Amino acid sequence: MLVECSEIPMSWLIDAQIMDQKTGYLSEKFNLWLGWPKKFSVRGLRNHLCSHYFGSKKLKETSRRLLFLWLAGWFICAIWIFWFMNSQAVEKRREMLASMCDERARMLQDQFNVSMNHLQALAILISTFHHAKEPSAIDQITFAQYAERTAFERPLTSGVAYAVKVRHSERELFEKQHGWRIKKMDLTEQPPVREEDADLESPEISPIQDEYAPVIFAQDAYKHVISVDLLTGKEDCENILRARESGKGVLTAPFPLLKSKRLGVILTYAVYKSELPSNATPVQRIKAAIGYLGGIFDVESLVDKLLHQLASKHSIVVNVHDTTDPDRPISMYGSTVTGTGIYHISTLHFGDPIRKHEMHCRFKQKAPLPWLALTTSIGTLVIALLVGYIFHATVSRIAKVEDDYRQMMVLKKQAEAADVAKSQFLATVSHEIRTPMNGVLGMLQMLMDTDLDMTQEDYVRTAHASGKALVSLINEVLDQAKIESGKLELEAVPFDLRAVLDDILSLLYGKAQEKGLELAVYVSDQIPEVVIGDHGRIRQIITNLIANSIKFTERGHIYLTVHLTEEVMSSLNIETEYHSANSLSAFPVADRRRSWENFKIFKKELPASDPSLVSTTSDLINLIISVEDTGVGIPYEAQSRVFTPFMQVRPSISRIHGGTGIGLSISKCLVGLMKGEIGFVSEPQIGSTFTFTVVLTRSSNNSNEYKSFEFHGLTSLVVDDRPVRAKVTKYHLQRLGINAIIEMYPNQVLNRITSGTVATNLMLIEHEIWLTNAGIWSFIMNKLKDDQLDIPKAILLANPATSSKKNSSSSLEFVSTIITKPLRASMLQVSLQRVMGCGDGEHSRNGRLPQLPLHSLLHGKQILVVDDNVVNLRVAAGALKKYGAEVTCADSGKIAIDMLKPPHRFDACFMDIQMPEIDGFEATRRIREMETDMNRKINSGEVPLNFLGNVIPQRVPILAMTADVIQATHEKCRKLEMDGYVTKPFEGEQLYRELTRAIVEMNDISSIKLYENSHMKRHVSCKIIWENFSHTWWGRIKCSSWSRIEMDYCRSNVVQ
Amino acid sequence: MELANLQRRYLDFTSPLFHEGILDNQFTQLQQLQDESNPEFVLEVVTLFFDDSEKLLNELTRTLDQQVVDFKKVDAHVHQFKGSSASIGAQRVKNVCMAFRNYCEEMDQEGCLTCLQQLKQEYFLVKNKLETLFKLEQQIVAAGGSIPMMW
Repeated sequence: MLVECSEIPMSWLIDAQIMDQKTGYLSEKFNLWLGWPKKFSVRGLRNHLCSHYFGSKKLKETSRRLLFLWLAGWFICAIWIFWFMNSQAVEKRREMLASMCDERARMLQDQFNVSMNHLQALAILISTFHHAKEPSAIDQITFAQYAERTAFERPLTSGVAYAVKVRHSERELFEKQHGWRIKKMDLTEQPPVREEDADLESPEISPIQDEYAPVIFAQDAYKHVISVDLLTGKEDCENILRARESGKGVLTAPFPLLKSKRLGVILTYAVYKSELPSNATPVQRIKAAIGYLGGIFDVESLVDKLLHQLASKHSIVVNVHDTTDPDRPISMYGSTVTGTGIYHISTLHFGDPIRKHEMHCRFKQKAPLPWLALTTSIGTLVIALLVGYIFHATVSRIAKVEDDYRQMMVLKKQAEAADVAKSQFLATVSHEIRTPMNGVLGMLQMLMDTDLDMTQEDYVRTAHASGKALVSLINEVLDQAKIESGKLELEAVPFDLRAVLDDILSLLYGKAQEKGLELAVYVSDQIPEVVIGDHGRIRQIITNLIANSIKFTERGHIYLTVHLTEEVMSSLNIETEYHSANSLSAFPVADRRRSWENFKIFKKELPASDPSLVSTTSDLINLIISVEDTGVGIPYEAQSRVFTPFMQVRPSISRIHGGTGIGLSISKCLVGLMKGEIGFVSEPQIGSTFTFTVVLTRSSNNSNEYKSFEFHGLTSLVVDDRPVRAKVTKYHLQRLGINAIIEMYPNQVLNRITSGTVATNLMLIEHEIWLTNAGIWSFIMNKLKDDQLDIPKAILLANPATSSKKNSSSSLEFVSTIITKPLRASMLQVSLQRVMGCGDGEHSRNGRLPQLPLHSLLHGKQILVVDDNVVNLRVAAGALKKYGAEVTCADSGKIAIDMLKPPHRFDACFMDIQMPEIDGFEATRRIREMETDMNRKINSGEVPLNFLGNVIPQRVPILAMTADVIQATHEKCRKLEMDGYVTKPFEGEQLYRELTRAIVEMNDISSIKLYENSHMKRHVSCKIIWENFSHTWWGRIKCSSWSRIEMDYCRSNVVQ
Repeated sequence: MELANLQRRYLDFTSPLFHEGILDNQFTQLQQLQDESNPEFVLEVVTLFFDDSEKLLNELTRTLDQQVVDFKKVDAHVHQFKGSSASIGAQRVKNVCMAFRNYCEEMDQEGCLTCLQQLKQEYFLVKNKLETLFKLEQQIVAAGGSIPMMW
């Protein structure tokens, strides 16, 4: 078994090598198959993994072939294993049989030899005691007794008899001596049979012969053979003759014994008269022979006995044959049935060289099925199949994964393409919608200019407002599309955050006022005046959030706060002022800290020990901006999809409040673009707080537009019982340079005023406080008056909710003015100016604005229109003339250049871009060259100023006319030194917008003044400038430097 | 009575022009630009358009007949044609011009020739219509009426 086991792996190896040889020519890759099976399978796999880049089809085919070879190889291998192990088993069985057979044969031989030897000894005994003694010492009885008693020594002999040699001459004497005649054997039968039955049935007298061999002694069992002449029996005669010639024991052929019906043989020994030399000739031997001893061997019982002695006698069948005549073997023992199974032949040597005997052994049972070989080979096959299956599964899995991957890639590409296409489509569609919408709005605007009755005007106004809403919606969609397609780029311009927030408040306070909401802003003093970033986008986000809050808030307040993140972080644990009861409007609010608890910025950065230090060391500042409201809140189940585009809490929301639900999504995107995060906390029926962070850059120039004003150094007392609200007021006062002291209790006010070292100039009192403590104020005032002290100017701060129910309190006589919140620096400034007597309070808030002044803007202006297409030229000229402009036409770039050679009289130029010879861009370039040349000359004094007349256009505005709406952009035109573009055919509003932008941009404040004085009312020009330039930094600067009061006025009116 | 008839005929004539896309809003705007200070504005512009167009069509026919077609030149002409047709609101002419320019880009002479045929067809169609329109307008004005506005 051990041998077999150790051979199995060997056979694998051999098999593998065979397989290698088989498959080697198929592909060189298969060379890897050399060596240990495990190794090559792994390598093969890796090889296939590599090859999968070449294509899964090829891989599949190769792997299938490989698999087939593998299986076939292992099938052959299994058969071989079976054959090998089976042959081993058979061989072993054969060996076992041989050894068993040989053992039996040897034993049989030994016992036979023992018997033979004894017979020989008996022969010698007879020769000694019968022949050598005179008279004989042995008679029949003695012999029979002796033979009987020594039978155990001859286990194989069933009987012995002794015959003497009697010559014919001695016959009579012999017969007389013994008293019987020499009888003859029956020839027809076998001699022994006849021996047994001779004297019983036909005791014939032996015929006369030369000599006789009558039996004189026999064992009792064979007494009947006494007196029978053995030489008359054929076999016996032959035996005797051979025995006396050879001097050795001689065997007869086997014959059936009558008595026992079994086969037997007779062994004959010759007894010699004298001791013969070992080399005596046969003749000598014949002469010397005097008698013959015969022994009957019962072979069957003999072998039976023998086999009984041996273990496992049942496992094999033993046959003994006499094969003296090889053609006719005589069976001596055992069944004659010849099986087909394996057998073994052992030669038996019974001492007679003439007689040949063989022992045939055969297993009784058929060989058992070779289970081991069977299981081993089947096991091997199963393992091979499993390995093959694994391989197959792996390959198909790889192929599948690869297919999937390819499919995914295709799908991914499709999805991306679809996404891009969608965004493109949105952008295009939005643009395409915007263009006609602008037309609609422009026309409506113009329609409003005409004489309309009240109803008509109302209709037109509504249509205009709806159009505006639609455009803003489209803009939002466009924004979203732009952000999604990654085309949105942020500006980085310096701006005053506080002013931006004031603007937002101005824009939205109307709506808040309608709903009676208190709107407040607070900016931490840690934040620098001017920061760099995209204020437009910040404005968009905040506007969005506040507008949202206004939409969903019915009572209470909306409170916008801006801090540095470092500030918030450091106060994270100690901040207690935001607990619900202490809110701006005393309504409970959601805990704002929870709105930013998921912000990464708070997680990754360690809280700074000194916020100011952190914020000053880096150029980047992190702002955290919160919008807190006391609205209906967002239901918990809807909170997860707040930032999903077009997702609203309920579909009905859009019906009640309007909007697309895209605003917050855009805000989130924008915040993300500004490297910030947005989050919110919302509790239904309590309110929501949205918080976002943005990263902005610190600006180097730190100019405060308000602080340098006339209120610097004043001291004010803010009387308010709510610290948060007082903080807001204080913040605004401080922006104007006013020192603010907060007093929470009205009854302490007098004490404050009188005890302070510095005189209190102003007293800002919350309207609520004023009302609840009405009596105390007159007391304070009178007291102060009595004490001959400066009475501070009392200003009531009313919030929209309370201001509506005007309380005609008697003490109002002490009040200088009432300021309606929300507080904004500019508005506060105006009010204070009025109170302090240094401002002009002539403005009314309710004046209706005169409408679109395109006509007035263009009226009397000298405009050059350049187009090579005469039809276009005529149409453009017609359109501009319609607006009152004086139009000059030029039909080529060259003429235009000539006409615009400074000095010239034109206020603006409209130029077609695509023209033969000199196109619009080229013409512009040349005109700009001429202008710079002229400016240089003027500056160097080469050309006297008065030569140019009173109008000094250093740079004539050139606007491109193009039919290509999509490609034309302001930026592109600016890059090519043009000042804007208008689409062909002209649209009123666009024309107006571009022209205004171009003209105003060209000329400085003086030109604004020019418009102001010439054709438009002051407010209108102000509005134009505000509308067009408030989004640019320089526009803001210009506007603010021009007239703060006007600006404030405009801001509040633009909204309406 | 005759005036009312004329005015109705005018409307009956003009509205299909817009429906069939022969003219578009630009023409309307053009008409709006016409006022007392500039009473013949539309006629003036349209006449300019006719002159210009016929010149361009001749040029195009000539250029495209040549052995080696100068597609750049053709494109320039078509561009001009497109511009002027857009200016007067001849929408279908403009559309053919756009297709024409595509063929120019592909340098497809056969396509260009087909387009030219189409262009001529459309041009003469719009020319006929406009001439009829002006005739009607003149008749209305001569009858002392005002031109009815349908927008």
